[in-house]
Parts: sequence; structure tokens; C-alpha cells
Amino acid sequence: MNLLSLLIEPAGRKAPVWIRVMWMLLLATLLCFGVMSWAAGFSRGSWESVWKYRDVFWKGWLLTIIISLLSLCLSTLIGIVAALARRSRILPLRSVALLYIDVVRGMPLLVLILFLYYVVANGMGLQDRLVAGILILSLFGGAYLAEMIRAGIESISASQLESARAIGFTPWQTYRIVIVPQALRQILPPLTGQFASLIKDSSLLSIIAIGEFTLAAQQVNSGTYRTLESYLPLALGYLALTLPISLLSKFLEQRLRYES
Amino acid sequence: MNLTVHGLSKSFGSGVERRTVLDDLCLSVEFPHVLALLGSSGSGKSTLLRVIAGLERPDAGSLLLNGDVAPLCEKETVLRDYRRKLGVVFQAFNLFPHMTAFANVMVPLTEVHGLDEQKATRRTLEVMERLGMAEHGLKFPAQLSGGQRQRIAIARALASKARFLLFDEPTSSLDPEMTAEVLMLIAELKDAGTPMLLVTHEMGFARKIADQVAFLAEGRVVEQGPAGEFFNNPQSLVVQRFLAKVLAY
Repeated sequence: MNLLSLLIEPAGRKAPVWIRVMWMLLLATLLCFGVMSWAAGFSRGSWESVWKYRDVFWKGWLLTIIISLLSLCLSTLIGIVAALARRSRILPLRSVALLYIDVVRGMPLLVLILFLYYVVANGMGLQDRLVAGILILSLFGGAYLAEMIRAGIESISASQLESARAIGFTPWQTYRIVIVPQALRQILPPLTGQFASLIKDSSLLSIIAIGEFTLAAQQVNSGTYRTLESYLPLALGYLALTLPISLLSKFLEQRLRYES
Repeated sequence: MNLTVHGLSKSFGSGVERRTVLDDLCLSVEFPHVLALLGSSGSGKSTLLRVIAGLERPDAGSLLLNGDVAPLCEKETVLRDYRRKLGVVFQAFNLFPHMTAFANVMVPLTEVHGLDEQKATRRTLEVMERLGMAEHGLKFPAQLSGGQRQRIAIARALASKARFLLFDEPTSSLDPEMTAEVLMLIAELKDAGTPMLLVTHEMGFARKIADQVAFLAEGRVVEQGPAGEFFNNPQSLVVQRFLAKVLAY
């Protein structure tokens, strides 16, 4: 075993799995030790003050999960409708979808939250912050999902659709039997990635005082003046949610790959 | 089988880009088994097949199959019912890559032709057995060779008991060995009785298998007649030149 082969991937082929895994583990261990010793050394005894607020963290974390899950469902629904409208032959419908997708995607989420909450939701008399927040996040995610779903549908080749027509499938059967199963394989990996984004993006809802994870950490920070001890759990809490999802996304990508 | 086409026209694009592919095409032909459509690339033979298959709406014209008017210009639902009675085999097989070979043949039976699970399974097995594909049923199209894929595509068309089979250059994307394999299969099908329309570049094969031949050029039928006569004693200059060229080597 050449020592260099532990460091450098041979040209044209992949390094053995165990070497790649070893590097990841090594890095993770180093990172853990570094952060832990740093955290322990710099602020001895200070974790107790933050520990008292563990309930705040916990509730915030759970609320983040709930917001993300609900937004995922709702934004998927919005995304499907918008993608279909975007491809519709009814021109006004297509224009509305186009406008929605482009406007939302062209705006920072923070601006969207401020505008939709303080201008639109308040104007319409929607007082519930949580409901408004979930709706806004869903509208935001829906626009991105719509484009993913559209790309998925359009990735189905014309010959597949022609085959479906020749067989005599109805449009509904064509969607159910030919388009959706194939498009789903295409978009499932980015879809899981989008879910991870949604979790991260939900942190911006703290700006309209929804007591999710980020706001919880900010509150703990202002109560204890312990910056590191407040924000380290925040970072780790988000990673605990997003890392498994990104692993799932990678797994799905490999699993669902097939030659066409 | 009697096929009568009258005044069929089809063009694509508009303005300066407008291309007329079928130009007031007329054809009346009576054949027991196989009609071959021949012609150079761009002569309109594939488009004619696609119009007959109900996949392309003609701009004008009519089509009679055994005296029945084909509803080519009707609304989609009527056209769909018409397509269901035909079997089309494409150049690129057009199988569904996410379904097994077996499912590719069976799903149209349950979804479109209203067979229950049991009947559909039985018929699928029957057809796959007949085409020598029984042992490959659980494979996905990507795991099959080109020839095997085309056999599954043919099985899919056969299983629905189509009353007319349309082959659109079924061997154009196959290597010589697989081409031979598929041609042999089509020759076998000839005896099974379902009339076939064959668009092909395989002159030797057309000569051997076709009862009648129609030769297209610039969107019209230039010459038609029994295969033997067509190949041995072509009347028009276009066909003479064409045959001299393709049969030179």
C-alpha cells in the first residue's frame, strides 16, 4: 500500500470507500474535539446558565420541525399546482403561474417575509404569526418546487409521450403511468435537498417573532449573554436535521438512477 | 386489407419555414399481409405512417381502412379510441424505462383494453413466450439488447390484438445481427394474419416480405404495385434511380 494513495485519488477512478470514509471520520473527530475543547476551555462553568434554558431550545427545535414539515406539504401542493399551471394551455393561468414563480424567486426570503407579513397578512387581518409564517414559507418553497417539478416533467422525452399516445393512454393515465414515476426519480434528490433548504430558511421567520429554533437561541443569548453557548447548540441543532436529509438525498440519487 | 388514402396533406411550420411533407397524397391498395412504404429520407413515408397511426393530424384528406373512415381529424377522445385499435412499433422502441419488460406489455392491456389482471397476465405470458422473451420478463429495458427491446415493443403491439400493425423503421437503430433477428420475427408475424404497414430502408427485406409496395417522393406516391414487379421492373425514373443506387452494393 502506497502512502500517497491514502492522500490522493488515482486519476480516472475512485479511491476505495474505506479511505474516503476514514478521511470523513478523521475530520469529524477533529472538528468535534476542537469545538468541545474550545467550548470547555473558554467558558468553564458557563454552560449551566444556558442549560436552564434547555426547554426553550427544545421547544424552538420542535417548532422548527413542525413549521418545516407543514411548509413542505403545503409547498409541494403549491409547487404541483404552479408547475401544472405553468404548462397549461390556458394563457391567463400560465401568466399567473409565471408571475408568481418569477416574483417569488427574484426576492430574498427576508424581504418576502417582511412584505407578506407586515403588508399583506396584516392588511388581510391575519393575526396568527405561526400560520402566516408557514404560509409565507410555503409560498416561497412552492415557487422553487414548481420549477423543479416542471423540469422533472419536461425531462420526459417526447418519444415516451408519443408511445403513450400510440398505446391510447388518456392524459391522466399518461401522467400516472409514464410521467410521474419517471419525473419523480429525477426530482426526488433535489426535492429532499429543497426540504433541507426549507428547514434552514425557516430560521428567517424569527424576524416576525415566531418562536422557532433561531429565535429561541437569540432569546437564550439575550438572557445569559453567553454567545457561544447559545449559538453552538443552534448550529448543531440545524445540522442534526439537515445532515441526515442530505445523506438521504445522496442515497436516493444512487438508488433511483437507471439508464434510459 | 384495403387501404385508401385520398388527398392527404400535411405541412409543418409556418411562413418561410413551412415545409410540405405530404402533398395531396393519394393511394389505394389492397394487400393480404404486408404493405411496404419505401422512399428516400424526407419523402414523407414516416409522416404518412404517423398520420395513419393517428399520431399526427393531417391538414386535409381522408383515410379508409377496409372501407371504414378513420377519424383522423376528429377530437382527441375519438382519435384515442382509433389509436387503441392499432399497434405501432417505433424506430427507437419507446419502451417505458421504469417498468419491466413484462409490465411494458401488460399495463396497456389492463389500463387501456380493460382486461382483468388474470387475463392480462395470461395474454402477456403467451405473447412473450411466442416471441421468445419469456425468460426476460423481469428485466428492465436497459438490461435488454436492442433486438430484445424491439421484440418487447412488438409484443406490446401484438398483445392488444391490434387489427393493423404499423412499423416505423423498426430496425434502423439496430446492428446487422439484431436487424436480422427482428426482421425474422416480423416475417414470422406475417403468417399470423394481422396486416402490417412497414416503413423500412431494408430493400431486400421489403422485396421478400411485402405483398405491395408504395414508393413516396416529395410527399406523393410515385409508384405502387406488387413487390415483385416494383423491384424487377420499376416504371418511373425516380424509382429506377433509387433502386440502382441502393442496390448497387
